[in-house]
Amino acid sequence: MEALISVVIGVLTALGVWLVLRERTFPVVLGLTVLSYAVNLFLFAMGRLALGQPPVIANGARGYADPLPQALVLTAIVIGFAMTAFVIVLALKARAELRDDRVDAEADGPGEPGEEQP
Amino acid sequence: MTLLLAILAPFLGAVLIAWNRRRGRLRFAVKAGIATLAALACLGPDIPGPFVGETLVWRLPWVPSLGLDLALRLDGLGLLFALMILGIGLLVILYARYYLSPQDDMGRFYASLLFFMGAMLGVVLAENVLLLLLFWELTSLSSFLLISFWQGRSDARTGARMALTVTGAGGLALLGGLLLLGHIAGSFELSVILTSGDAIRAHPWYLPTLVLILLGAFTKSAQFPFHFWLPNAMAAPTPVSAYLHSATMVKAGVFLLARLFPALSGTPEWSWLVGGAGLVTLLVGAFIALFQHDLKGLLAYSTISHLGLITLLFGIGTPLAAVAGVFHIINHATFKASLFMAAGIIDHETGTRDMRRINGLWRWMPYTGALAMVAAAAMAGVPLFNGFLSKEMFFAETVGAASLTRHGWALPAAVTLAGVFAVAYSLRFIHDVFFNGDPIDLPKTPHEPPHWMKVPVEVLVAVCLLVGVFPALTVEPILAVAAQGVLQGPVPPHDLALWHGFSPALWMSVIALIGGVLLYTGRKPLFALSSTWGGRWSARAVYDVALATLFALARWVTRALDSGSLRRMLALFTSFALVLGYGGFLVVPAGGAGGGGLTGPLRLFPAEPGDLAVALAGTLILLAAAFAAVVLHRRRLVAVILLGAVGLLVALAFVTLSAPDLALTQLSVEVVTVILLLLALYFMPQQDPVEPVRRWGWLRRARDLTLAGAAGLGVGGLAWGVLTRPFESMGPYFIANSVPKGGGANVVNVILVDFRGFDTLGEITVLALAALGVSAMLSGLHLYGPRYDAAGRPWEPDPHPAIMALLTRLLLPLALTVAVFVLLRGHNLPGGGFIAGLITAVALIMQYLANGVAWTRARLPGDLNPVIAAGLLLAAGTGLASVALGYPFLSSTFGHWHLPVLGDLELASAMAFDLGVYLVVVGATLVILVGLGLVCTLDDGEDRR
Repeated sequence: MEALISVVIGVLTALGVWLVLRERTFPVVLGLTVLSYAVNLFLFAMGRLALGQPPVIANGARGYADPLPQALVLTAIVIGFAMTAFVIVLALKARAELRDDRVDAEADGPGEPGEEQP
Repeated sequence: MTLLLAILAPFLGAVLIAWNRRRGRLRFAVKAGIATLAALACLGPDIPGPFVGETLVWRLPWVPSLGLDLALRLDGLGLLFALMILGIGLLVILYARYYLSPQDDMGRFYASLLFFMGAMLGVVLAENVLLLLLFWELTSLSSFLLISFWQGRSDARTGARMALTVTGAGGLALLGGLLLLGHIAGSFELSVILTSGDAIRAHPWYLPTLVLILLGAFTKSAQFPFHFWLPNAMAAPTPVSAYLHSATMVKAGVFLLARLFPALSGTPEWSWLVGGAGLVTLLVGAFIALFQHDLKGLLAYSTISHLGLITLLFGIGTPLAAVAGVFHIINHATFKASLFMAAGIIDHETGTRDMRRINGLWRWMPYTGALAMVAAAAMAGVPLFNGFLSKEMFFAETVGAASLTRHGWALPAAVTLAGVFAVAYSLRFIHDVFFNGDPIDLPKTPHEPPHWMKVPVEVLVAVCLLVGVFPALTVEPILAVAAQGVLQGPVPPHDLALWHGFSPALWMSVIALIGGVLLYTGRKPLFALSSTWGGRWSARAVYDVALATLFALARWVTRALDSGSLRRMLALFTSFALVLGYGGFLVVPAGGAGGGGLTGPLRLFPAEPGDLAVALAGTLILLAAAFAAVVLHRRRLVAVILLGAVGLLVALAFVTLSAPDLALTQLSVEVVTVILLLLALYFMPQQDPVEPVRRWGWLRRARDLTLAGAAGLGVGGLAWGVLTRPFESMGPYFIANSVPKGGGANVVNVILVDFRGFDTLGEITVLALAALGVSAMLSGLHLYGPRYDAAGRPWEPDPHPAIMALLTRLLLPLALTVAVFVLLRGHNLPGGGFIAGLITAVALIMQYLANGVAWTRARLPGDLNPVIAAGLLLAAGTGLASVALGYPFLSSTFGHWHLPVLGDLELASAMAFDLGVYLVVVGATLVILVGLGLVCTLDDGEDRR
């Protein structure tokens, strides 16, 4: 189980970093989303893994998973959404004003002729 | 307590004056005067204390863990300075009323002046050296405001910036010095520091401590080579110069020398550093002063010279020299303040300060001339005026110090030379201005100033005379008590008298007077000489070069790191994180905590084969979807859908791994994220355009691949390493106390709304800010949506499919019921404000999607920002309510209620907080998504909905 989760975290991180380093804004936003999956899983796993032991106090429970990382990750998920929204609207704004959806100022010209909007 | 009030009075006055700035000139002056008098009145009851040898200390714990108390003290030294600050401050307030013109912003002037006055009082009355430093920095800041009062003038701005840079840098050094001093002495209290002088001097860190503290004192007191800011600060209005450069700002440096005299003095290092700086400053200032053609420039350099004199006295280090230093502080404050005021009157009435043009004013302004003569005579050290007495003491001390070393005769010779120059420039101030022929091309016809403008000068000049003639009757008591404060012990016998017999000091005075007159008579060739080579080199030039170099360096570093390329920045950032992360792996001690190597000793999590198979399958699907999303990311729609699948699998992972709350949150966030991405995608190219082939493109891809691979390996390895090691968590505490203290069985929710409620408050604030940011960016943004997709197919032939519209309308009440249910049960079962908010938002968004914006907006409130605000207010208000009831912020209480149908309901005050969370989440999500949906315009300009 630990091995599986470690692999998932590692692969998601790698994919996220790769996407974040792309040239257009949209893959960068996707990359941030993937990275936040990885980070959330990582934080969550720091409380160690448990099967069938939700941190809800009940009679006869076998045990409880660590609730603290869960609480941290819960808000992180919601804030991650807000961040994604902010970044994607920023990307839209940049595209509307610069007529280009590249992330770099060093881009050597405006966007492709085919995608120019009237 | 009264000490604190005395310091606060000017600050309060500043606030009051700044409060209503548009009033008459007189009223501001009166208010400022009242604030000053109030400070004096607060000080009044404590004044007798120092005279009977008491040191009044008052303290209020502030940050005890840092050793920082709000501690004030009043001893002789502090009392003398406080009286000078307030007394001369009062005169300056009166003077400025007549000096400033009606066009000047009097409110700003008096507010800044009082601000400065309060800061100065804080410096001289502080018991805690960190507090002293705080006020010290405040004097730097407020003097910046005062010097740059005429903001329109570039010399005022430059001068103010220079003063701030130099004194600010000194303040930084002083901070270091005082921290070291406090460390050595074991306390930041002056009472302790001043009595542990021996320990401080014997400490190996004595020298660095001394150097840092002296840097602070020398920059403030304009000692060579930091003196250049003072002449440039002359761009300030003259009342400011009269105040800052006579009794206050620059005296803060010598005050510090006097204050720490018992703790730091008495070593060769002290004598050489302090005495050396003082001597050089004394000579350089006196020399340059003679060649200034600007009235205030002359006074500025003479101020530098006199500060050097005082510093030299403290550097000599004998108790008697310290007495002389304090005496000269008093005398210099009086005669220099009056001279600045006189210079201001001349400037005011003639329109210029250039001594080459101002001549023969005696004819028009004999009264002002007489006042200036007395003050200048005091500055020159003429008998019968106060400057003579302290200067003679000074001469005597240098003779005394000279007898201690072999080439000691050089010291009296040098200070006599400085005395010659002092006489010469004082003579110039009088002769050049009031006599010496006729004025040349004055902008105004001079005349005597208004009566009240002269009163402050009269008062100060009277003090100069009275002290000069009857020193024992006038100044002796306060001098003795202040010297006692400096020495923190008995004051050596000293004789304040006009006549001490034919001592060496008297002969030095005579030589200085005669030499000064001779020098002034032969000034013409000297002036010609100075105009040819003068000004070639100056500390100012060094400062300018240093500053320019610093800026160039900063720009170079910025450019080197930030080329404007996000990709490059991110690559650098990732590389740096990788270096740190992998560095961490390398330094894990073999056999240390949890054993060496990557894999720790912890027994692996036991899993049934069946569970494992399911988990393995889930993992494989997740990884496959993620890979596919990345590989296909150029086909953006596909990528979004695949990413949604990844999110769902993550939610499943949360379910499996005992985190139902997270699963619910992830699930609903996934829905809104996908909607968001799809909405945004509508306005973007549906596919990544094919990039033109670049020469180094493969290299960049290889770099990205390496970074991504290394990051994945590193983070995965880190997770593995941590998961296989034992750990201790705070978790059990929350589990044990969730029901008894938080009144809820769902520990995650109780943590969110109760134990860590303050964090949650911060997090929903972030959420609200993000939503506001989004709506700000969207306002005024017009996006054009295409009618056809990339393949030429028209978008949505049927904008609002009937079945979907009908279904969503039917589902709405159900969804809202579920949301309320989830919200209510959240405290005890998986659920809560975040999840309920997301469910509600999804239900409402569905209405927009299925029925169109127009239909939905007609039925729902349009502006959702108030919802966010209400949520934040409710959450914060819940916290404040507990404060109002006498509990810490965000304490919660709870009780059980039995409701029909719903059954046993537990209501905690945290529920109100959770409701706030709910409202913020609903509001923020809707603001973002609906806002994005509303900006659309079709490419032919026709509104699509």
